Amino acid sequence: MTDITSLEAAGLACARGGRPVFRDLDFRLEAGEALSLEGPNGAGKTSLLRMLGSYLTPLTGTITLTTKAGEQITDAEERGRQIGWLGHQDGVKPQLTTSETLAFYAGYYGKPCDIPKALEGVGLLRARDLPGQYLSAGMKKRLALARLKLSGRPLWLLDEPLAALDVNAKKLVADMITAHCAEGGMVIAATHESLGLDCRKLMLGAL
Amino acid sequence: MSSFYALLARDVRLATRAGGGAMLALAFFAAVAALVPLGVGADLKLLGRIAGGVLWVSAILAALLSLDRLFQADFEDGSLDLMAISPIGLETSAFAKIVAHWLTTGLPLTLLSPLLALLFNIPQPGYVPLILSLAIGTPAASAIGAVGAGLTMSVRRGGLILPLLILPLLAPAVIFGAGAVSAALDGLANGAMWLLSAFSLAAVVLSPFAAAASVRLNLAG
Amino acid sequence: MNIFELANPKRFLALSEKLLPWFWAAAVLTLASGLYLTFFGVPPDYQQGTTVKIMFIHVPAALVGEMAYGVMGVASLLGLVNRHPLADVAAKSAAPLGALFTALALITGSLWGKPMWGTYWVWDARLTSFLILFFLYLGYMALWNAIEDETRAARAAAILALVGVVDLPIIYFSVQWWNTLHQGESIFTGKIAPVFLWPLMLMMAGYVFLFGALWMVRIRTEILARRARALQLQGGGL
Repeated sequence: MTDITSLEAAGLACARGGRPVFRDLDFRLEAGEALSLEGPNGAGKTSLLRMLGSYLTPLTGTITLTTKAGEQITDAEERGRQIGWLGHQDGVKPQLTTSETLAFYAGYYGKPCDIPKALEGVGLLRARDLPGQYLSAGMKKRLALARLKLSGRPLWLLDEPLAALDVNAKKLVADMITAHCAEGGMVIAATHESLGLDCRKLMLGAL
Repeated sequence: MSSFYALLARDVRLATRAGGGAMLALAFFAAVAALVPLGVGADLKLLGRIAGGVLWVSAILAALLSLDRLFQADFEDGSLDLMAISPIGLETSAFAKIVAHWLTTGLPLTLLSPLLALLFNIPQPGYVPLILSLAIGTPAASAIGAVGAGLTMSVRRGGLILPLLILPLLAPAVIFGAGAVSAALDGLANGAMWLLSAFSLAAVVLSPFAAAASVRLNLAG
Repeated sequence: MNIFELANPKRFLALSEKLLPWFWAAAVLTLASGLYLTFFGVPPDYQQGTTVKIMFIHVPAALVGEMAYGVMGVASLLGLVNRHPLADVAAKSAAPLGALFTALALITGSLWGKPMWGTYWVWDARLTSFLILFFLYLGYMALWNAIEDETRAARAAAILALVGVVDLPIIYFSVQWWNTLHQGESIFTGKIAPVFLWPLMLMMAGYVFLFGALWMVRIRTEILARRARALQLQGGGL
């Protein structure tokens, strides 16, 4: 499904509000791999994800994606187009129903898809006509997961993907990650709890 | 292109649903305009003469009303993160949002203006220039306003300083817009409509870049 | 980010410390001699009488009020493109000075207007332009104050300043256009007699030096305040 074969981060440094958070961070991720980011609060998990996601410019260091054709992507904006993002906030509008939200993103990302089927995949089919304001935090997260899936992007960046989810949904996240990796995608997830699957870990410690 | 329309359609839908700003802007426009005769007196001759300026100022204020949430709502719920990595990028997305804002405020204000012009007793030759100037000029308010909305999205009460940022920048639109109306009333041809078109075009073309830059700096925070 | 970027402002602090006395001296000298000539050297104008002397306070203030916006624009551009914190500080420090000189131009302009026009305020093209310029400064400063994060505030304010730099000539043009449409009188465009020229040049130089000196002081203060804060943060992070 994807053209990206590897992600390489070299010498990344980050400072927030005048304080250094991490420096000299290097790691590499191959297609089909998942990486879980761990560390105490303030260790820079979200900052690192936002750097990888092209939102935050690293203080020093480079982030390189390599494509199957051997091309190297270093430009932040170009990298952004390879990214499936699941942040703290779920981007669900109170006025739009779940199927409207999903249909919007399908159109916006240019990835037409079977909306009811996508909703069924995250257990939201019965809530398809429910406006966002009536959804629970867990349901919103499920909707965000459906959006992540339809984005079709090779590199998933997940910030606390398990927060607010029940046992079944946690299993769903683990299954989604496994399936994405099996298709040759990459996943980096910042998390406090175990993702429930076997994967590499990257520990960030406060400086 | 379909990405552009998807975002445009979403923003129009959000603005016209319950809690959206479209109807509010219209009501505000009418209420401000209706207050003016109460303040300056019911002399129809005087009202007819100042109507162009009054309606222009009211329209700009009404357009500002819903601007502060243009990016703020998407910023707070994380939608902007998703826009930054969308296939069309932030500049085009900002443009789509500007167009949607105009469709849900500037355009309805323009369509309502003849009715208010009637209340103000604008002489016949003023109608077409009024409607035309609002149609041409209000996009500039949405566009320049979008820059201000982008700059203030992280400010909790951004709506309070937004007018201070935007109103001075919009002075040329008010001058040329109201100028076009009064020129028509005086039977003059002074090119105001052309100047207004040039200003509006430049604003609409350049603002998406400044708005996207302001979104980017806020996402990096 | 201060910890990583303190290196360059250091050089500015050293340089400005040497320059500052010279700027103050130049400002005092030119302003003193300019004011002396204004009050005792310049004959009353045949039309304006002694009121003409306000011009020597007003015109340089207007000039520096405009100049400060240009300075702010250049500093903002450098700050955005080069990510140089000193440029951010320079832009931030120029704004209140620009607002101050613009306010001075507005006040002296209207004081001059009372005897000349019989009223404190006339919607003259120059005065109106300066009023809008004053609001632009207010908006810029309000934006700086409203955003808590310093880096974010600097970038946002820089974008606003650049939009203002693009829009300002259009605003000036539109106000000029509007003024002729409404047949207002534009007074401040007269020719200058040679007797008036010298004191005016001196006053202009004096205002520019004064602006330079005040600007440097403000930048130094801001750098030192940030450094103090960075030190406190380090101390607090035991």
